[in-house]
Amino acid sequence: MVDRELGDRIPTFGDAKPTNDQSIGVTNLSAFKGSAEKKSAQEIAAIIAVAAIIVGGGEFLLRFFEVPQFVMPPPSAILTSLVVDFGFIAPHLGHTLVELFSGYAIGASIGLILAAVITQFPFAEKIIAPYILMLVTTPMLALVPLLILNFGFGYTPRIIAVALASGPMVMINAATGFRRVDLAKIALARSFGASTFQIFMKIRVPMAMPMIIVGLMIGAIFGLLTAVGAEMVGGGFGLGNRLTTYSATIQMPQFFAVILILSTLGILIYVAFFLIGKKWAGWES
Amino acid sequence: MTPTAASKPKLVVDRASKYYDTKSGPLHALDNYSMSVEDGEFACVVGPSGCGKTTLLWSVAGLHSLTSGTVTLDGQPVTEPHPQIGMVFQEANLLPWRNLTKNIHLPFEIKGIPPDEAHIEKLLDRVGLVGFGNKFPRELSGGMQQRAAIVRALSFNPSVLLMDEPFGALDAFTRDEMNLLVEEIWLETRKTIIFITHNIAEAVFLSDRVFVMAARPGRLVKTFDIPFPRPRSLDIMTTREVFDLVNEIKAEIEHRPNAPAAPGAGETPQQESVMEQANG
Repeated sequence: MVDRELGDRIPTFGDAKPTNDQSIGVTNLSAFKGSAEKKSAQEIAAIIAVAAIIVGGGEFLLRFFEVPQFVMPPPSAILTSLVVDFGFIAPHLGHTLVELFSGYAIGASIGLILAAVITQFPFAEKIIAPYILMLVTTPMLALVPLLILNFGFGYTPRIIAVALASGPMVMINAATGFRRVDLAKIALARSFGASTFQIFMKIRVPMAMPMIIVGLMIGAIFGLLTAVGAEMVGGGFGLGNRLTTYSATIQMPQFFAVILILSTLGILIYVAFFLIGKKWAGWES
Repeated sequence: MTPTAASKPKLVVDRASKYYDTKSGPLHALDNYSMSVEDGEFACVVGPSGCGKTTLLWSVAGLHSLTSGTVTLDGQPVTEPHPQIGMVFQEANLLPWRNLTKNIHLPFEIKGIPPDEAHIEKLLDRVGLVGFGNKFPRELSGGMQQRAAIVRALSFNPSVLLMDEPFGALDAFTRDEMNLLVEEIWLETRKTIIFITHNIAEAVFLSDRVFVMAARPGRLVKTFDIPFPRPRSLDIMTTREVFDLVNEIKAEIEHRPNAPAAPGAGETPQQESVMEQANG
């Protein structure tokens, strides 16, 4: 895989071919671009073909063997349900998003600030490390029944659970980033008279950025998991609640429609952070 | 170009000593080091790796405190980074997340003043980097990165330039090119330059005076005046005088001050060894 990629690449630095052989660089690049376009068209065709085979094949097999709907509904039924029932599912999606965004905003902010502060004091970091590790490794879902007992069946316990799940993930990754010390770069800023705060903003934060973005992505995905899980434990709304209700009432097409919405959410989170990473941490790749 | 009696000391290091606290006890990095650099002088500090060259330079830059001794610039003690001092680091040390323009703007951002675009443009033109402003460091060759680092250090027009083995990571040809460029810039601007290197030939080519250091603890062992006229060409690197001078400095570093100069016969092997020195 690696070899093939290397074989495809012209060993230049980006599109910068500074010296006099600019014309060669341009033709080479356009040729490369052309082949890349052709390849991506082929790839798209392959992706569509595989998807069609999986969906169509599944449909055919489930109908041919007359598999009952409560075991596995055919794709057509799931897609129909997604369209027909979307109006009913949408408010629940809204509830889940409210919990996810509020909990994540709280958890991620606290995680980021803690990471930035703690890494400046190695001694404090050593003392606090076991608790952070505990927060990371304990499934926060386990606390949901207790939270419901204390805060009722509304948004509150779920938002707390999401914050507790995403915050530590953001924190440990961001802390790893902030711990990367490049003495030469700090000396550079210092040689221009930079203050500790300027060094933090202009050197440490950008250097930590790739790890911060990874942490934010993992935190968001853990937040989504925990939001849905908390909804399944108790309360009368949210996508997780729909999952328990639909499975209890054996409404399998609706059940899988919700699953489809959840995977779309997860993929959107991934893509969003992929793009953010490309923009803000692209320098590292 | 040797300093005349009329020139005044620009930068004085007086009996500088530095100990680092390490887990295995104090590390004696610099011992009673003194030197005086004239205004507009090109001074090189040469020594083996780990002899405290960088410690010395960081102390002169005000990045380090000294355990004892002082550094004075124009008679004023240097205890923190000084606006009259610009630094060029090993391996360019550009920030990889900033493009060239933003890298060069960094000193201005930190000082909170608008960048001197006219001056920067002039410097970029001088080193041949016009039009590369939106390139990122990874898109530039090592030589181009180091050119950008020189522009960054000169952008706020300091009167002293400290260079810490700036071309150590470059290939021999690029290194020769960069040394010529540095001499040209120095001849045009007459900055006071302190240039650190472990390459004796490079030091001889560039400087008015070479300060030779020995290791453990880092200390000054001898100073050499380099008398060759300016501007110098790379051709002088193959002359007998340079060869003898390089050997003498080398002997000094290797603690054999009485080592005889190589016998006159057998030009070819000598020339080879000079080129080796010159190249790296």
